[in-house]
Amino acid sequence: MLHFTRWKMIGILAIVLVGILAAVPNLFSKETVDSWPSWVPKRQMVLGLDLQGGAYLLYEVDKQDYVQRRLRTLVSEIRKAMLQEPRIGYSGLGVQGQGVQLRIRDTSQLDLVQKRLQPLQNPLGNSLLGGTAINEFDLTVGSDGLVQMSYSEAGLTQRIRQIVDQSIEVIARRIDQLGTVEPSIQRQGQDRILVEAPGLGDPERLKSLVGQTAQLTFHLVDSSFQTGQAEPQRKPGTIVLPGQDNPNVQYVLEETPLITGEDLTDAQATFDQRSNEPVVSFRLTTGGAQTFGDVTQKNVNRAFAIVLDDKVISAPVIREPILGGSGQISGSFSVQSANDLAILLRAGSLPAKLTIVEERNVGPGLGADSIRAGKIAAIIGTAAVCAFMIATYGVLGWIANIAVVVNVIMIFGIVTLLGATLSLPGIAGVIITVGTAVDSNVLIYERIREEYRSGRSAIASIDAGFHRALGTILDANVTTLIAALVLFYLGSGPIRGFAVTHAIGVATTMFTAFTFTRLLVALWVRWRRPTKITL
Amino acid sequence: MRHLRLVPDNTKIPFMRMRRWTFPIAAFLSIMSVVLFFAVGPNYGIDFLGGTVIEIQTKDPKPDLGKLRGSLNDLGIGDVQVQTIGEENSILIRIGQQAGGETAQQEAIGKVRTAIGDSAEFRRIEIVGPRVSGELAFNGALAMIVTFAAIAVYVWFRFEWQFAVGSIISAANVVVMTFGFYVVTQHEFNLTSLAAILTTVGYSLNDTVVVYDRIRETLRKYKKISLGDLIDRAINDMLGRTVITTMTTLIALFSLYIFGGEVIRAFTLAMIFGVIAAIFSSICVAAPVLIYFGLRSDAMNDKKKDEGAAPQKA
Repeated sequence: MLHFTRWKMIGILAIVLVGILAAVPNLFSKETVDSWPSWVPKRQMVLGLDLQGGAYLLYEVDKQDYVQRRLRTLVSEIRKAMLQEPRIGYSGLGVQGQGVQLRIRDTSQLDLVQKRLQPLQNPLGNSLLGGTAINEFDLTVGSDGLVQMSYSEAGLTQRIRQIVDQSIEVIARRIDQLGTVEPSIQRQGQDRILVEAPGLGDPERLKSLVGQTAQLTFHLVDSSFQTGQAEPQRKPGTIVLPGQDNPNVQYVLEETPLITGEDLTDAQATFDQRSNEPVVSFRLTTGGAQTFGDVTQKNVNRAFAIVLDDKVISAPVIREPILGGSGQISGSFSVQSANDLAILLRAGSLPAKLTIVEERNVGPGLGADSIRAGKIAAIIGTAAVCAFMIATYGVLGWIANIAVVVNVIMIFGIVTLLGATLSLPGIAGVIITVGTAVDSNVLIYERIREEYRSGRSAIASIDAGFHRALGTILDANVTTLIAALVLFYLGSGPIRGFAVTHAIGVATTMFTAFTFTRLLVALWVRWRRPTKITL
Repeated sequence: MRHLRLVPDNTKIPFMRMRRWTFPIAAFLSIMSVVLFFAVGPNYGIDFLGGTVIEIQTKDPKPDLGKLRGSLNDLGIGDVQVQTIGEENSILIRIGQQAGGETAQQEAIGKVRTAIGDSAEFRRIEIVGPRVSGELAFNGALAMIVTFAAIAVYVWFRFEWQFAVGSIISAANVVVMTFGFYVVTQHEFNLTSLAAILTTVGYSLNDTVVVYDRIRETLRKYKKISLGDLIDRAINDMLGRTVITTMTTLIALFSLYIFGGEVIRAFTLAMIFGVIAAIFSSICVAAPVLIYFGLRSDAMNDKKKDEGAAPQKA
């Protein structure tokens, strides 16, 4: 056990050296490391949000809200389809659970109904598994004239997946515009999006940018009512929406929007030339400009409402036709809120409402405190363990300590190389590894001691001690490794953070016990040729 | 130079005769923990219950806690708990799950932000919605079960089935007792606590395997001695190692407990308890279980002699 070939020795030392070198960049600041020549390893550890501060936001697509909205649109699509020539008479059109139903008066028209409604089923592209297209809606036409269009389980799931993908794109565009933070945006499961923004202390602005649907629409105000009047009764085809600044003010609007956010090509925050207030100016697409021009021409002196996410921002009166395809939105903005609205309009609206289901923010102050405390605890803990080992084992204690320190450095090196995230529970994992890494040395030394007491020579005892103890070390550490790996794959948040360093720690512990410690002891034996063992 | 010896050589502690006392004690503690768990229940944190935790540091070094408590409880967001942690101006605010779900939680946070305004720095805000909290609890339980199963299979494969059963019973005993510790101390039980418990499982198994490894070896060496005496001998042989390793682990944990900061104090305390429970359990539960499950002394004989030894010979 104490003989090493030259190549084996070089191999072991090379691995240890690589581990140590990988950890070195972490001792320096980011700026220093960046100034190093390109061949030097520069990678630094990724610190978790709990250490460097930042925001963790888990969003979920509001399925219920999406379905309700989508079904309302479907109702008006069906209504339009039925009005085409030849008209189809129906009754009882409305939302029913997860679908829409209506009753056709003349059952001889059912084939025609089938043909008109088929395009509304909205194929969603190929599913990943089957290769057949999934429709968003199932269509059933009963022979008694009852027609139903409803979500199938697969259709809804597929639609939600698409929404998540689209939302991720929109969110990425929005955050891109912000420019200052570099968050990661990931899909999480079927209907969730995880936004992580390291270093961001106050996520309120990020939240307002990410979470807002930003559905912009322009509607004509129903002129039969006075603006600002709370009026519960309304004609069909109109909607009542509250004002943004004062929710008590209700507006009655025509349901069909004149133009939507889709018709915008650009939006910028500027100042109004007369009042000097922050406003958002916008430009319309050619099509949008045409529609808007036509409508404003016909409706001079009527008010139109600018609606953002079902709230009326403002409802200016059309003084003259707006033909140039550009305009501005005013409505008691601050510079920042005007800027944010411009970003939202440029980046486009989210296809569905997102709700925050989990949020964790750590301020940079707390993170820094945690790092400091973690460092102190690590240094004191390691020092105390080392002192205890020297008191117990003398020279061999020193060897154990070198092994433990190398162990800790290698953990950090591997974490750096793998690009794993170091969190506060991760630091705890390292410190616990210090405690248990010593165990492998203790097992070896106690065994050596035992062999020596049973009458073997010093060197034979050392040899036998290693030989016998390594089996135990293997079994004991593999068990711990299994536990750590399961935690890593199944755990989340702090559990996973802990499991990363703990698993790496167990692996390095086994490596040092089997090679490095043995090598150090072998070198010591060769140097001192001990004839007695004082353990 | 004389070295530190915590345990004298050649101890002959009759652990297996003591099992008449220690085994019932372990059983009693476990049963008490289960009873307490259902009768009292741990102090679940927001990870499993949902809700909001806010940590602030007020600019005023001696803030008026009563006034803050009053103003926050007037916001109409249910019962708001306010307590200091560590420094006098470090304040932890807990808000329960809001009736209106996730959106209502965000609104509640907004109200608290306005109420506190500029008077303090927001150090940490955590909001866990009702759906997520359920999932976190489920995943935690799943992780525990899978860990147990995977380790049982490994131990069964490397040893005998009695050892697999014993290591699982012993680890389960540690888990249950650590749960009991959380119930008794009423420390907040959250995801980090779960990590602590799962780590203790790892430690307990590690320790059990070391003891078992020695029992296996002793079994092969002495064929005529009764199982109880064999186990006693194995444990006594390993006592020096057990004590030293426990010491170093506890030294590391205590330094983390004292210097590691407020955030992981409860985590470390549970680990300290767990490590002690693990040592107790592997000697007083894992070892006697082998006798109760009728491990025969010759069970190891037909296995290959040097199994479990180092894979390479120098």
